[in-house]
Parts: sequence; structure tokens; C-alpha cells
Amino acid sequence: MIEFRQVNKYYGDLRALADVSETIAHGEVVVICGPSGSGKSTLIRTINRLEEIDSGQILVDGIDIHAPDVRLDRLRSSIGFVFQQFNLFPHLSVLRNCTLAPIHLRGMRAAEARDRALAVLERVGVADKANALPSQLSGGQQQRVAIARALVMEPPLMLFDEPTSALDPEMVGEVLRVIRDLAHHGMTLVCVTHEMGFAREVADRILFMDQGFILERGSPREFFVNPQHARTRRFLADIRSPFPSD
Amino acid sequence: MTELIRNYGVYFLIGQFPHGPLGGLALTMLLGVAAVLLALPLGVLLALARISRRRLLHWPATAVVYVVRGTPALMVIFWAYFFLPALIGHKMGQVTTMLAALVIFNGTYFAEVVRAGIQGVGRGQMEAARALGLSHAKTLRWIVFPQALRNMLPSLVNQFVATLKETSLASIIGLQEVSFIASQVNSQVVVHPVAIYGALALTFFALCFGLSRLAHVLEKRVAVQRLELPQADG
Amino acid sequence: MSITGQFDFSVVTTGAYRSWLVSGLGLSLQLTAISLALSLPAAATVALMRLSGIRALRGLGTVYVEAVRNVPLLVHMMFWYFAMPELLPQSARNWLYEHDAESVCAVIALTLYTCAYMAEDIRSGVRAVPVTQLEAARALGFGFLSSMRRVILPQALRIVVPPLVSQTLNLWKNTSIATVIGTAELMYQAQRVETDSFRGVETFGVATLAYLSVSLMITAFATWFHHRFPARSP
Repeated sequence: MIEFRQVNKYYGDLRALADVSETIAHGEVVVICGPSGSGKSTLIRTINRLEEIDSGQILVDGIDIHAPDVRLDRLRSSIGFVFQQFNLFPHLSVLRNCTLAPIHLRGMRAAEARDRALAVLERVGVADKANALPSQLSGGQQQRVAIARALVMEPPLMLFDEPTSALDPEMVGEVLRVIRDLAHHGMTLVCVTHEMGFAREVADRILFMDQGFILERGSPREFFVNPQHARTRRFLADIRSPFPSD
Repeated sequence: MTELIRNYGVYFLIGQFPHGPLGGLALTMLLGVAAVLLALPLGVLLALARISRRRLLHWPATAVVYVVRGTPALMVIFWAYFFLPALIGHKMGQVTTMLAALVIFNGTYFAEVVRAGIQGVGRGQMEAARALGLSHAKTLRWIVFPQALRNMLPSLVNQFVATLKETSLASIIGLQEVSFIASQVNSQVVVHPVAIYGALALTFFALCFGLSRLAHVLEKRVAVQRLELPQADG
Repeated sequence: MSITGQFDFSVVTTGAYRSWLVSGLGLSLQLTAISLALSLPAAATVALMRLSGIRALRGLGTVYVEAVRNVPLLVHMMFWYFAMPELLPQSARNWLYEHDAESVCAVIALTLYTCAYMAEDIRSGVRAVPVTQLEAARALGFGFLSSMRRVILPQALRIVVPPLVSQTLNLWKNTSIATVIGTAELMYQAQRVETDSFRGVETFGVATLAYLSVSLMITAFATWFHHRFPARSP
């Protein structure tokens, strides 16, 4: 589904992505984790070209997304993206947030878009808030609406950039449950997150990044039980116990 | 004072109309409204050119804005008065001249207001819209502009008030707006300059202060409406 | 009127015309400098009045700012030159007319007008420093005045200087309006040269260039200040 070939990206002198090569198969659920500044958010944002790369290739469904004849907007409408800061459109109701894209991009009729959106909002558990404005919703509800907004377009691929990092702890669970539900229905998901419990339970594979490199890649079992790199071990140790051993 | 009002009140309000062109306070307000209605679209175009990444649009627009904003309004009026007729090919009325000058001058100020408004909409909004697959144009139309407009409302009203005040400069080219008429009345009456110019000042104060207050009220109303639960769906 | 034939800029850049324009430019710069020097402390005072805890002072400050800002500068100039002297005792009036009344009245109008806008900018600047900064300083143990001096005012200064520079730019452009009361500044001299020489493009071109040069210098200062002393948000 997604293929990275020797991808590099620089911010000035800083190497954000270093010779990244990886393949993500159809229906796979991949979690990307790592310390701050490791390049994980940058990597996921290159998939729909919210970030541009300096060298290398990225293929989505076999198509080179940087080819000159690529229709970027068309590509993006078939990839769902969920932001850390939700980025709902504050001047539109929840329902309108979700029907905007189907109506204006797919030419769907308003009534049909409305029904489709309500069904998806029902699925994520916020259908009763359809007519409210985003500012009237809690963080967890807003993020679920953001997921619904992306889902309405029925994308084969969904990307999550730290979807729960901006949420109060008690709302993290409701969002993770929605994402887990998507995973169980066979969607291709790539999720950048710090939620290791979620990774262990839901991911097919975990990628660990540090300083722009993918250091570790493996099934959750391999990752948690037998990490190869010292850096990975240190990361896992820091997560498990916040206080450094004396 | 009452005698002044009785003798010159109507003249002050509408000029020589109907025995001549419309003037006075009526002309001031008409000029102000017309100038704003024309300057705003010009401002939007200039703002879009300013933030565009295409050099052919960006540099000329930036140059125009810097030059016009570095020049006194009075100078812009003189340029319009002396040179626009030659540029266009035939004589222009005083009102048209003044209107042209006001539109050019305020267009650049609106451009800056619009530009700030657009750039004030968080980057995340743009990203979310593009990530959905909306084109640049659609993103501006449905996501950025509606939010920018709400940000810009107070500045837009401020600029309208400023435009109304600028119409007073038209008196220098002989246009019979309200300040010109005050001077005319003063040269006839001679002995009551304080009353006459005081009345002129008070008129502008009432007009401009009133508009600012109205805008303030409207702004609060708009904010409240957005918090109320809408009845219909979508 | 048509613009035919050659443009001959040397007509305006030599001889008597040149000296008229140069003296006009000189007076414009003087008006700006004097008004600025008077406006700044006055504006600081008014800003403090509007921020003070005493209701009467706050009210007075607000009345001043609103009264001045809602009336066009042209009307201010007319009032101070044509109306105000009538209110003075004869001896003061004589003194005024013997001592370049046009320039004096222009400075009074410009100072009062600019001061009102600057006062607002200073007030906004001080209020823009988050109250948490003061709390943090006090929590560390600094007294109120110390906190102001070490923490609040340095931050407020960075916020306040750009809008004040912007107002200075406006002041520079506003000096052109003094032509209406006969002050022999640049705009007045330009009109005088044009009337005498019929060289509109050259005269107004040179005058515009003069205005633009100073405007650009002021803007350049603002840009430099913004780069050297950016207002960091916490």
C-alpha cells in the first residue's frame, strides 16, 4: 500500500528523515513511535505531502506521489488524515464539517452526504452532536468528529498523527477505541502515538524511530519482549518507569 | 446658533441640491459608502496577490501597497485630479476623481487588513482542508475566508470610519462636501467661526462614533449567535 | 488637460522652484519632529490616565481619545486656525499672528491628533503583556515598581514601538494636510510650483518621491527594530 524508498528530508542542516525505506501492506496496522524529534510525525506527513521530501520516492498504491502528473488533491481525498490538534472547522457545524468534502469533491447530493455523515458519526458515537459547533464539544468528541470527517470519504488508508496527545487522559480511551474498531475492520492504518498499550494490543507492526532513522521494526511481541537496539531498550525503560534507576 | 442652523442647516446637509449637485453631509456619506464598496474587492485582490507565491503577482502588488501607503492621501487625490483625466482620455467629474483616489488609497489599506485576516486563520485549518483533498481555491472559499472575515470585522469598520474622515480632503479640490460648505458658510458669516467649525466637528464625531458603536454591537451579536445552538441541521 | 511633450525635471530641481520645494520639505520635517516630540510624552500620560484606577482620570482620557479620533484632521486644523484664535484674548491673538500662526496651529492640531492614536497604542501594548508575567515577577520577590521596570516595561516596549513607528509614518503624511490652513510645507509648495510652472508631473513626482523617501526610511527603521527586538510570545 505504501512504500518508502530511501527517503530523506532536511530542515536546514537538521536531518529529519534519514534514508527511510519501508513497506506497509494492505490492511496492515502500523504504529510509529519514538522520542520527540525522531521524525515520526514528519514521516507520516510525507505520505499525503503535507511535508515535502528532499530525495527518495514514496509510492501509494503503486503510484509515485511526486510524479509531475499526479493530482495531489485527488490523492489526498483518498487518504484520511487525523491531526493531533483535531483542526475541525470552527465556523461549521459537526455535520457540515463531515459533509463538506463529499459534496464539494465527490459531487454527492446534500441529502445523501447527510445520511452518510450521520451514519459515520453514529459509528464513532457522536451522532447526537451533529448540529453542534466544534467549540461546544469536548476534546475527545472533537477528535472523534475529526475521525468521522476523514472516514466519510471512505479512504482505503487512514493516517493518525498523535491523535490522543492533545487530550485530557480520561478522553484518550474513547478515541483509541474508535481507532481500534477501524483496525478490526481491516483498514490500513498508520498511527504515530505514545500509547504503548494501544500499540501492543492493536498493531500488526511497530516501527521505532530515532533521529530520522527507523531503528527497529517488528511485531509487538518482538518489539516489547526482545528489542534489538540499546536505544529502543532505553525508550521502553523510560516509558515503563519515569524515574531513572539510581 | 439656532439662526445659523435655520439659515444654513439644509445647505450643510445636502448642499445645493436640488438646485445643484448633491453636497454636504449626504455627499460625505455617499462618497464614503461608495468608496468602501469599491475598495474592498480591490483590497481582496491585492491581498491575494500579496500572499501569492507567484512572483509576477507578489512583487508588483507589494510595490503598489508600499508606494500608496507611503504617500499622503492628499497627494493621491492630486495625482487623481491632475492625471487621471489624461490617462482615461476625457474629463472626470470631481466626485469621480475623489472616488477614484479614495478607492486606490483605501484599497491598499484593505489589502493589509484582509492579508492579516487570512494569515490569522491558523495553519492547521489550511492543512486540514488540503488533507481532505480540497483544492487551494476551495479551501480559501469555504474554510479560510469565512473565518478571516470574522477576524477582520472590527478592522474593516475602522477603515470605513477612516474613509469617511478622508472625504473631508475633497474640499481641497473644491468638492462641496461638508467641510467645504462649513468654510463657505464661515466666509459669509465671518463672526461665528467657533460655532461653525464646532458644529462641523460635532457632525463628524456623531457620525464616526456612532458607526464605531454600531460595529461594536454587531460584533457582539455575531459572537453570541455562534455560541447558540442552531435549530436547523447542516 | 493633456500630458504632451517632454518631461523636464530640471525645471523643478533647479532655481527658485527648487528652493521652494526644499523649504517646504524642511518645514514638513520640522512639523513632524516637533509634533512627535510633543506627542510621545503626552500620549504616555493619556495612556496612564486610561489605565489608572481613578475613574475620573479614565473618563477624561477616554473622552479625549474618542473626541479627537472621530474627527478628521482637516477639521481639527480648520478649528485651531480659524476658530480657536477668536477665543483668545487680543494680546495672545496678536502674538500668534506675528509668530507664524499657520505652523503653530498645524503643530497643535497634529500633536493632539497623533497623541490620541499613540495613547491607544501604548495602552494596548502595556495591556498585552500577560498578567502572569507580573505574577511571576512578584512571586520571585520583586516589588511592584521593580517588576514593572525589569519585566513588564521591557516587554511592553517591544510591543509598543512598531505601532508607534506606524503612527509616526502617519504623522509624516498628515503634515500635508496643513496646506489647507496655509502652512508652507511641502504639499503647499508643490501646489505653488505647479501653479507657476504648469509642470504637474515633474512637481508632484518630485514631491511624491520626497514623501516616499522619508516614509521608506521610517518603515525601514520599523523592520530593523522588529528583527532586532522581536516581541516573543510566552
